[in-house]
Amino acid sequence: MQNGSGPRKHTIAVLVENKFGVLSRVAGLFSARGYNIESLSVGETLDPSVSRMTIVVTGDEFVIEQVTKQLHKLIDVIKVSDLTDDDHVERELMLIRVNAEPQHREEILRTADIFRAKVVDVTPVSFTLEATGDEPKLEALVELLRPMGIQELVRTGKVAIARGPKTRARKAEAPKRARVSEDPKVIGFAD
Amino acid sequence: MKMSGARIVLECLKREGVDVVFGLPGGAVLPIYDALYDFQGLRHILVRQEAAAGHAAEGYARTTGKVGVCLVTSGPAATNLVTALQDAYMDSIPIVAFTGQVPTHLIGNDAFQEADNVGITRSCTKHNFLVKDGKDLGPIIREAFHIASTGRPGPVHVDLPKDILVKEWELVWPEKIQLRSYNPTYDGHPGQIKRAAKLLVRARKPVLYVGGGVISSNASAELYELAELTQIPVTQTLMGLGAFPMEHPLSLDMLGMHGSYYANMAVHHSDVLVAVGARFDDRVTGRVDAFAPHAEIVHIDIDPSSISKNIQVHVPIVGDCRRVLQALIEAVRDELPADGPPEAREARKQWLAEIAEWKARHPLRYEWDDELIKPQYVMQEISNLTRGEAMVVTGVGQHQMWAAQYYKFKHPRRWCTSGGLGTMGYGLPTAMGVAAAHPDRLVVNVDGDGSFVMNSQELATCHDNNLAVKTIIINNGGHGMVRQWQGIIYKGRFCAIDFGPSPDFVKLAEAYGCVGIRATKPSEVVPALEKAFSTPGPVVVDVLVDKWEYVFPMVPAGGANTDMILENPTAVVREKAAKSQTGF
Repeated sequence: MQNGSGPRKHTIAVLVENKFGVLSRVAGLFSARGYNIESLSVGETLDPSVSRMTIVVTGDEFVIEQVTKQLHKLIDVIKVSDLTDDDHVERELMLIRVNAEPQHREEILRTADIFRAKVVDVTPVSFTLEATGDEPKLEALVELLRPMGIQELVRTGKVAIARGPKTRARKAEAPKRARVSEDPKVIGFAD
Repeated sequence: MKMSGARIVLECLKREGVDVVFGLPGGAVLPIYDALYDFQGLRHILVRQEAAAGHAAEGYARTTGKVGVCLVTSGPAATNLVTALQDAYMDSIPIVAFTGQVPTHLIGNDAFQEADNVGITRSCTKHNFLVKDGKDLGPIIREAFHIASTGRPGPVHVDLPKDILVKEWELVWPEKIQLRSYNPTYDGHPGQIKRAAKLLVRARKPVLYVGGGVISSNASAELYELAELTQIPVTQTLMGLGAFPMEHPLSLDMLGMHGSYYANMAVHHSDVLVAVGARFDDRVTGRVDAFAPHAEIVHIDIDPSSISKNIQVHVPIVGDCRRVLQALIEAVRDELPADGPPEAREARKQWLAEIAEWKARHPLRYEWDDELIKPQYVMQEISNLTRGEAMVVTGVGQHQMWAAQYYKFKHPRRWCTSGGLGTMGYGLPTAMGVAAAHPDRLVVNVDGDGSFVMNSQELATCHDNNLAVKTIIINNGGHGMVRQWQGIIYKGRFCAIDFGPSPDFVKLAEAYGCVGIRATKPSEVVPALEKAFSTPGPVVVDVLVDKWEYVFPMVPAGGANTDMILENPTAVVREKAAKSQTGF
């Protein structure tokens, strides 16, 4: 396959039936086809019978085209949208426990404050911080805390959502799209 | 009315129009076999190994167009079935496979004959189900048949825990199946079809490249009409054989690694290539950057993920091959002036003349020998004697390629071969399924001596159920295709390919209660085949062939299709061949 553009990170939102085994179908697809998942997060939507996955995957446009087509081929997948080039918001949550020696405690709190991170646990020797943001922000926080000694770190993986329409006119058009379900609670469009 | 889960399974099969089930009982599915004891209207064929049940279901499905069904127990039975599932998955064959499972409360406990069936079959089925509630039995079975037979067909697996089968439930039978997440596209995009029609009409050197999708969607008549209307030559993939009559002047036979010289040359020089229900498999394309380098490619396929997977296409059309071809024929008629554009007609004449020259220069050929049986000759005679009308099934290897090259197919759905997965041992059990579906037809299983023994136990099934499969073993005393690769690519360093004289296939056939016949020289071939075809019941013909015969043309793996090897290039092999006195 000829490569049009170089590989880059894509954020793909996938609506799936909330059934057992769906996560392993999606994960299995990636391993079977040799694609690399950078992160995957999953949770229920407004409709409890539908889950939403946010998958970050690296690839050139042909790989991403195959990824979206193969995802769509899974029987339990309702809708696949590549958010990368659409206007969207991405966030990730991180919990990080860092050494808090007396000489560093002030600095850690100041840094947390700058990054709007919350202290969720304190002991005489450590702070645990909760931070949310996009990837560069979280990376920057990690780099600033690294010299103090990071004990443990956990990240949720990215979640992403498309931004709302900017004008009333566009907003009014939206309901014309064919929904996947009559049920107004079900998110997702058939087109 | 309440009934056992087992009974519900059988009722559902009947409602789906199933008439034959290939199966093998065991602990977890005993409730189903108990219900089968006095159940009317389902024929059960007891196979001897579970993979055979899967392959038999494939043979049934491919030749009837209906969904094939197999039923086996849990654990090792389910794992044995995996090969057949992957085979059906790669070749898009609609089957529904039922496996037993340990009772729900024991799942995950490492119980006796437990395996994570749905975990194992997830990547080798179109979809699979574990039934956790008896109320779901009807809807799940209905969905399983729906998913297997619609869109791009494929295998669906349903795992049935024993307690679900034993307990009594109300039968829930949804009349209509509507899945919000599964809506295959059947009608092609009219704009794309118009673009394709314009390309076709203006093309100077067009080729139709057709695959198994034409068979699955029953589009042979439409393909024929389009080819005749536009005078475009047709080449068929291994899975597509029979989609277009091979004796038609526009037929280019098979393309690809062991395809004809003229098919590969025509595709290489084409300016418009129309792929219909084919997936640009590596055995077809060879080196992708050298495949049809001058062509604008139109790709008609029901599976969007097949499009631009291996080769970037210019005009993708997602839809059912039959419906798209119907629309394309209409669009071509609209584009075509009464007699077609004269300059295009002139160009087409030149193109067909060019192809005729390739055909004349390098037809499929082999050297005749008075003493040694040439395998190609056997295939030619099978084709002649059956007038291209038989149901033909093969194993995997050289004999499979010779069958594909030399059998002159006239009709679709009369050819079963393991194309994608290349499953040795596929021949006999698949032929069994074909024979069960078509008791009045001649079913020929062309097999290899390596391939055949991988499922030869099914001769017992053939015998017990009077499935009159005529197995023709192209016996070259070893793994011929491996011998060919070691001979040509590995410089004649032959390793682990030769068999001793075991088994004696005539005696083996007789041990199973079948008729065994042997042919050792060319003059014995036709009498042996005639006897086999006229003897009732299953027959095995052991044909001892020249073991140094290779399949040509051959495109070395990773080579361009224009780099075909047309005759044996290896001095060492030629030398050995010259010295060999017998087939062994």
